[in-house]
Amino acid sequence: MAVIRDMIPAFELFQPTNVEDTIELLDRYGEDRGVRTTPDGVEIGALTTLTNVADHPELTADYSVLTDAASHIATPQIRNRGTLGGNLSQDTRCWYYRGGWPCYRAGGNTCYASAPTAMNREHCISGSSRCVAVNPSDSASALIALDAKFVIRGSRGERVVDAQDYFMRPSVDIERMTILKPGELLTTIRIPSTWAKATFYYEKIEDRKSWDFALMTIASAIRMSGGVIQDVRLAVNGVAPFPVRLEKAEQVVRGRTPSDDLGMEAGTVATEGAQPLRHNAYKIDLMRNLVRRAIRNSAEA
Amino acid sequence: MELWRRAANPWGQDVLIGISWDLMWAAVFAGLAFTLAHAVWAKWLAPAASTDAGGGSSGAGLPAQILRHALSERVFHWVMSAAMLVLLITAFAPVIGIQFAWVTIHWIAGLILTATIVYHIIHAVFWQDFWAMWVNKADIEAGLAELSHMVGRNGTEVPKAAKYPIDHKMFHHGASVSGLTAIVTGIFMMLRIDTWLGAANPYLLDITDSTWGVVYVVHGISGVALFGLIITHIYFAIRPDKWWITKSMIYGFIGQDKYVENFDPNRWAIPGAAPQEERVPAGVGASLGSDDAVVGSSDAAVGSGDVESGSNDTAAGGGDLAVGGGDAAASGGDAAAGGGDAAAGGGDAAAGGGGAAATGESPSDSDDGLNESEAAS
Repeated sequence: MAVIRDMIPAFELFQPTNVEDTIELLDRYGEDRGVRTTPDGVEIGALTTLTNVADHPELTADYSVLTDAASHIATPQIRNRGTLGGNLSQDTRCWYYRGGWPCYRAGGNTCYASAPTAMNREHCISGSSRCVAVNPSDSASALIALDAKFVIRGSRGERVVDAQDYFMRPSVDIERMTILKPGELLTTIRIPSTWAKATFYYEKIEDRKSWDFALMTIASAIRMSGGVIQDVRLAVNGVAPFPVRLEKAEQVVRGRTPSDDLGMEAGTVATEGAQPLRHNAYKIDLMRNLVRRAIRNSAEA
Repeated sequence: MELWRRAANPWGQDVLIGISWDLMWAAVFAGLAFTLAHAVWAKWLAPAASTDAGGGSSGAGLPAQILRHALSERVFHWVMSAAMLVLLITAFAPVIGIQFAWVTIHWIAGLILTATIVYHIIHAVFWQDFWAMWVNKADIEAGLAELSHMVGRNGTEVPKAAKYPIDHKMFHHGASVSGLTAIVTGIFMMLRIDTWLGAANPYLLDITDSTWGVVYVVHGISGVALFGLIITHIYFAIRPDKWWITKSMIYGFIGQDKYVENFDPNRWAIPGAAPQEERVPAGVGASLGSDDAVVGSSDAAVGSGDVESGSNDTAAGGGDLAVGGGDAAASGGDAAAGGGDAAAGGGDAAAGGGGAAATGESPSDSDDGLNESEAAS
């Protein structure tokens, strides 16, 4: 499965333990790749490459927020090899952690990224529990906005979880990014037809326009009716150690006419309680404005 | 088996980062092995009841139900127990794969435990007899006799116990050391997490990585020690032959028969108790057994929260005595310890009697007894 792309010897302490384990799991549970139409929506095999996701005509027609997200991931070369499951399951990019420092996430008892002198411009502004690293997946926010379900297979059978529940909170397990247990594999992503052809918005903020990890992403799916927002799902990534669905902001805009002011109001609500680190206070303004743009976009659409 | 987890810090120094979770399993194994061994011994190998070394009560004049733990003590015990269990579960359940957001629950339970312990310390120092839980020579002798009896030396005379037998005292001290250590280190560790009391500031005290490692290791060791202690404590609490004493932590009382069977009234004085052997030197604690005597029940003296009317050296009277001795309740003060016409010995004796009451120890036939009383008073 795709997470093996995230493995090089220097990162041997990170998940999964080794390539052989992963290959054994693939042999056991089969390799699920490709996009299939089902009566309830679509199913995407976790091994489907990001290029195939980004270029898939049906996904582009009905769930463009996902294809938009996939097309922003890394580079064309990486998208040709990288998979959707891998993008969702990758480890954090915190360089203190990646550098092999014995931080909380690596089994230690210190978060070096939250130190007074730490370089933490890319780290989180909410949802931290000792660890302030963020989840790096670009596709996660889009799949949460689409209310996707993730199919996980393991020795105890199959379980299906909501997209936002796939990502582990550090308050629960600080050493893992996903809820996958040893011996489990993310095999399939199911997208219900509920949000097909909705009004979508996706934006990825990064330091350069390609081949960079996001500072923040936002994805929204909005159903309009009579000029007002009938239903909405908003999700961001890059603000917490896990992708976050913005339910309070959704409540603010639901049933109201989208506008720039409403977007600002929703953005303000979304950023309530944010606690910036020394170098990332800009993320509060960034998040507020991304929510604002997502709502404003639905008005323009 | 590994004892510690180590890692290289950013400066390449080898530092401790915590205990190995092998120690958790070791504590579980040790606790379960002890309980299993004790259960086997109790079922098939235990000798017949020990020879009574004397000092028992006839039961005459005793109430049917004797207060052992006042309400305040029981509330403290169960609140502390709940906090302790929550702490152990939140600490170790995630290690075995039961995952939940444990950190917040853990530190809240830790603060509750801290509050209960602070309450207990203050209560024990100012309203109870602090030394009642101290291990003295009589306890050691009784413990050795009990051990001798347990290993099959039938005929060994095993003295009856004070209010708190030596095994209770040893558990108390083990749990106290482990618990206080966990609390102190835990409070330091709270600097590293966001709490309702403030944001995390791991660098507030400028503690080095290696020192933090020691803090984590000490916290972990005290945690696993408590794990083992709690396993054995729960085991004894649910043993059928110990259930009567467990019930006293629920309802407060033990039956008169249990008192007569297990306790030495010279070491745990109950108003109205009539010792089988009068071993008390004249003039000291002579009020024992006197109908209107008011030798404070050690419940009262040891500090039932209900009993705060008595002075420190007697602490007699109050709710406990109302249960144990009806209107024998006295208003405290030295005279109360001596009690009525049995208050032979005047002020000193009364103080000694009060000490006996306070410690649950009797100024018995030895100098030690007197010393204990004096010390206690």
